[in-house]
Amino acid sequence: MKKVYMDYASTTPVDKEVIKEMLPYFDKIYGNASSIHAYGIEAFDACEVAREQIGNLLNASPDEIIFTSGGTESDNLGIKGVAFKNKKKRDTKGYHIITSAVEHPAVLETCKHLEKIGFNVKYLPVDEYGLINPNDLEQSISKNTFLVTIMFGNNEIGTIEPIKEIGKITKKHDIIFHTDAVQAIGKIPIDVNDLNIDLLSISSHKIYGPKGVGGLFVRKGIKLQTIAHGGGQEKGFRSSTHNTPGIVGLGKACELGKKRMSKDMSHMTNLRDKLIKEIKPIEQCYLNGHPKNRLANNVHFRFIAIEGESLNLMLDDKGIAASTGSACSSKKLQASHVLLAIGLSPEEAHGSLRLTLGRMSTKDDVEYVATALPEIVQKLRNMSPLWNR
Amino acid sequence: MNDKYTEKVLDHFKNPRNIGEIKDADGIGTVGNPTCGDVMTIYIKVKNNKIEDIKFKTYGCAAAIASSSIATELVKGKTLEEALKLTRNDVANELGGLPSYKMHCSNLAADALKKAIEDYKKKKNL
Repeated sequence: MKKVYMDYASTTPVDKEVIKEMLPYFDKIYGNASSIHAYGIEAFDACEVAREQIGNLLNASPDEIIFTSGGTESDNLGIKGVAFKNKKKRDTKGYHIITSAVEHPAVLETCKHLEKIGFNVKYLPVDEYGLINPNDLEQSISKNTFLVTIMFGNNEIGTIEPIKEIGKITKKHDIIFHTDAVQAIGKIPIDVNDLNIDLLSISSHKIYGPKGVGGLFVRKGIKLQTIAHGGGQEKGFRSSTHNTPGIVGLGKACELGKKRMSKDMSHMTNLRDKLIKEIKPIEQCYLNGHPKNRLANNVHFRFIAIEGESLNLMLDDKGIAASTGSACSSKKLQASHVLLAIGLSPEEAHGSLRLTLGRMSTKDDVEYVATALPEIVQKLRNMSPLWNR
Repeated sequence: MNDKYTEKVLDHFKNPRNIGEIKDADGIGTVGNPTCGDVMTIYIKVKNNKIEDIKFKTYGCAAAIASSSIATELVKGKTLEEALKLTRNDVANELGGLPSYKMHCSNLAADALKKAIEDYKKKKNL
């Protein structure tokens, strides 16, 4: 049976060139990057190369990059690090963070936790496409606002937020701007200086690097309070022995990401638009997310009268790997907060399907999905008491 | 309890037994709510106090579809009294187990069947 992977937003395979680059750091160059001997220095140098590769991708200086264990930790460190550094010793009341209703749980749950311990958080609403309104943002700013955290590209519906406008507003009001760019990296050029971004989270496994490693861009001059106390690595912001193979892999993935960006972008955009065009004629299905301002690899539809988990399992049976925002696929049995935030009812959200493309996706893959999907939708609708009611 | 679906759940999901409607059904039972992501309708045909034919339509996840499928299989040919004894545990056990957070799906199947039988009894003034 043909197998088609269309869940690149979930994770990506590690690029062969990345693997090749990483391998020596498991058993040959295995020193601790903090050691002063030759073994340590070799590992240290490798990490510095990676720092430069990541910096190059973001137009940041290498010493503005902190290594972490992934996107979730980067979000936690960026947000909590700034929050704890900014809080008065006894009183956090009134200290204000602005975020959006459609953030990844790594940001949303971190903000909710900060609320529990006394910070104020404003969750900006979004329009039907998932966009925040920069005017809402500016009007929400008070003298106590110290941090704005808004994602670059949405992990579910692919909508790209107005980052440049947000950066102008935060700069004007002298507020720190963090963005979770985990999904956007490698799919859209990002210049942290041009966009006035102060903190930016990245994850390696979304860009053909290994799992378990990520990075946080921290603009020079911004101080973070660490969330993991220990040996004081990474300027004391993030203690832990350097994961040298992982860091080397992340660095190489960023280098390749930069080198291949325009090719990747046009490749994925072409396939994305073809897939959208093929799916659209299916009766009573609707594209979620912004028609134009969307990540090059994201296709997100909802289908009336069918449920997303069933749809995904039927696709899986045909060898197609996809994803859904249906409640039934989550253990919390709640529909996706993103789909509810763009104004869908839980019933509409249950019928959602996310197909995400990658560097290795082909026209054949798109055609295979475009053929299999209408049959599966019809099969499930024939079983559904809600169809044609 | 394992969170993965058993082979039997996947089999009933992919090849549901007794799928469809009965146009001149003697009893029809619908339970669930589209907001929660599950709606089931069970149709029964009754002869000599026995479930002669049974069909279902389900909107929902794999557990919901498999639960309705196996429930119809379990009660087909049974007397109404026997069919009414069907519990959610019977449904789940017959499927080789369900993830704990999916147990409500097996409940729905048993409830839809009860509702269809009640509907039949009401129509017959039993």
